[in-house]
Amino acid sequence: MPVEPGAQSLLDQVAEAERDLVDAAARDRPDAESDAYFDAVIAADQKIEPRDAMPDAYRKTLIRQIAQHAHSEIIGMQPEGNWITRAPSLARKAILLAKVQDEAGHGLYLYAAAETLGVDRAELYEQLLSGRQKYSSIFNYPTVTWADVGAIGWLVDGAAIVNQVPLCRCSYGPYARAMIRVCKEESFHQRQGFQSLYVLARGTRKQRDMAQDAVNRWWYPSLAMFGPPDGDSTHSAQSMAWKIKRYSNDDLRQRFVDMTVQQAEVLGVNLPDPDLRWNEERGHYDFTQPDYEELMRVIKGDGPCNRERMANRRNAVESGAWVAEAASAYAAKHNNRQEAMA
Amino acid sequence: MTDFRRVLGLADDALIASHRLSEWSSQAHDLEEDIALSNIALDLLGQARLLLTLAGELEGAGRDEDALAYLRDEREFLNVQLVELPRGDFAVTVVRMLFFSAYQALLYETLSAQGGRLGEIAAKALKEVAYHLDHATQWVWRLGDGTEESRRRTQHAVDRLWPYTFELFETYGDLRERWIETVDPVLTRATVTRPADDENRFRPTGGRDGVHTEHLGYLLAEMQHLHRSHPGATW
Amino acid sequence: MTGINPLWEVFVRPRRGLSHSHVGSLHAPDADMALRNARDLYTRREEGVSIWVVPAADITASSPQEKDAFFDPAADKIYRHPTFYEMPEGAEHI
Repeated sequence: MPVEPGAQSLLDQVAEAERDLVDAAARDRPDAESDAYFDAVIAADQKIEPRDAMPDAYRKTLIRQIAQHAHSEIIGMQPEGNWITRAPSLARKAILLAKVQDEAGHGLYLYAAAETLGVDRAELYEQLLSGRQKYSSIFNYPTVTWADVGAIGWLVDGAAIVNQVPLCRCSYGPYARAMIRVCKEESFHQRQGFQSLYVLARGTRKQRDMAQDAVNRWWYPSLAMFGPPDGDSTHSAQSMAWKIKRYSNDDLRQRFVDMTVQQAEVLGVNLPDPDLRWNEERGHYDFTQPDYEELMRVIKGDGPCNRERMANRRNAVESGAWVAEAASAYAAKHNNRQEAMA
Repeated sequence: MTDFRRVLGLADDALIASHRLSEWSSQAHDLEEDIALSNIALDLLGQARLLLTLAGELEGAGRDEDALAYLRDEREFLNVQLVELPRGDFAVTVVRMLFFSAYQALLYETLSAQGGRLGEIAAKALKEVAYHLDHATQWVWRLGDGTEESRRRTQHAVDRLWPYTFELFETYGDLRERWIETVDPVLTRATVTRPADDENRFRPTGGRDGVHTEHLGYLLAEMQHLHRSHPGATW
Repeated sequence: MTGINPLWEVFVRPRRGLSHSHVGSLHAPDADMALRNARDLYTRREEGVSIWVVPAADITASSPQEKDAFFDPAADKIYRHPTFYEMPEGAEHI
């Protein structure tokens, strides 16, 4: 089993972001009285913390982005969770269950980061269910075979990590810290996907076909995860200036393609793009862009699974409302505060 | 009962209980509980794998954990019926967890004292099961003594599941008294009541002989179909 | 229905000998459940040996605007920090 390329360097980047976070904090802090305090902190690559003064638009942008990220983790549990009860071996079942559980955890870290900006998780749930806040388009595609679980781990989690590693350097402290935690856990996700596909690609004829078919279906939606091309991206410039976002959509997409081509060779699967080839001059791979009109349709709610994903989420919240009410009523009756464990 | 069948029964209990809990993934009332239920499902799956492997070795016919989990039919599964009943609402889930983990705790305690391979597995699982019992207890208190609706649901779950608890003690009859001592105070504090022990009432049985409710077949169809569609494949 | 569940801040002691550190937050109906949820969420990978949970509403925080008044006096006392003392060559284990 070869170690897939790229993963180690990504983890190194996370560790480096964590070191830089601590180093920046050790440097002198701008004068808190100053009007330019916020700008100075950003310029010094230090972190804005929850109780710092910050422009209203910065706060709103962060809430929108962190919430969308949290929603993606939670909705993202569904396509893979779809295979937990059918996993083909007990070992795979345990891995998948642990992975989907991690996603709930990641959603929770991120909701907690958003809450430091003055919103409540219940409000964010409501925004998701009413469609005012979005989640990643990728989770609106169906997982129709077991190989899709592997393809999601390898391609979707791979793309997510490329997106997320730079967020470990985000200027907002709670978000950056949540992302460092998420990225460290996420590397297990990509590895399990890669390894699962690796076994399929060396399995029976049916398994090999299943693996290739999954890669064919997930490749372009994975490329679309990086969002519209830079020219069409509405939020990018300001987010870059605020150091919420550190690289453009197209830069990250290119980075993902460059990493993935070599991994596909090791796996022994074909990426479904006849125009994919190394461009010596650019020092990057040329590739076919995903269908951005399809991306817009899916984001607007007309992907294959949008309606089901939302109905499932709504059902979980509504059908369990009585449980939360019961716990709250019990707490009010007993007002229990237990001594913390030593 | 041979050692093989005895261990297999315990393995199937854990495997099927884990399966039902895993059905909650992304369906719990909030993320914190989603994570807790997955943890417990993972613990039970871990127990099932160790026990299935041991059962396979005791049998000596070369069957590993996957052969035993995926290639046996309904009549060869030896779990108690309590664990195979449908997932139900959250009250059914935590009341079943209370009944089942209180039983597992006593059983594993007994087995770990007996030593051997089974004793080692039981000793390791004992810590996990104590946590499951605690989790179930916390929730049964809250649901029973929460709102009117939650109390009604909890009482309903106790009434529905209680008859299935007799089967737990067919092999280890002497554990029932201590089990009652564990479960009764929890129900009392939760302000729900349990049915009286009336021998003439419904007492389903047969799981340990491979006779199940109609629900198990559907569960196995779902669990096994992919594995069986690819004979001999590696995953 | 998170709305009716209060927010709790979670502190974990990673190993014996170290202090509890803030790791994040979660929602729970009461302290008992908060403690249990914290165990499941923040110590899934054996990250801790002890957990504290505190209702977020009960925390009193200094304002960043008061930063100077609060923290500057300590900044003067560099002798509190071990790096203040230059050690002569050959002094080990100090």
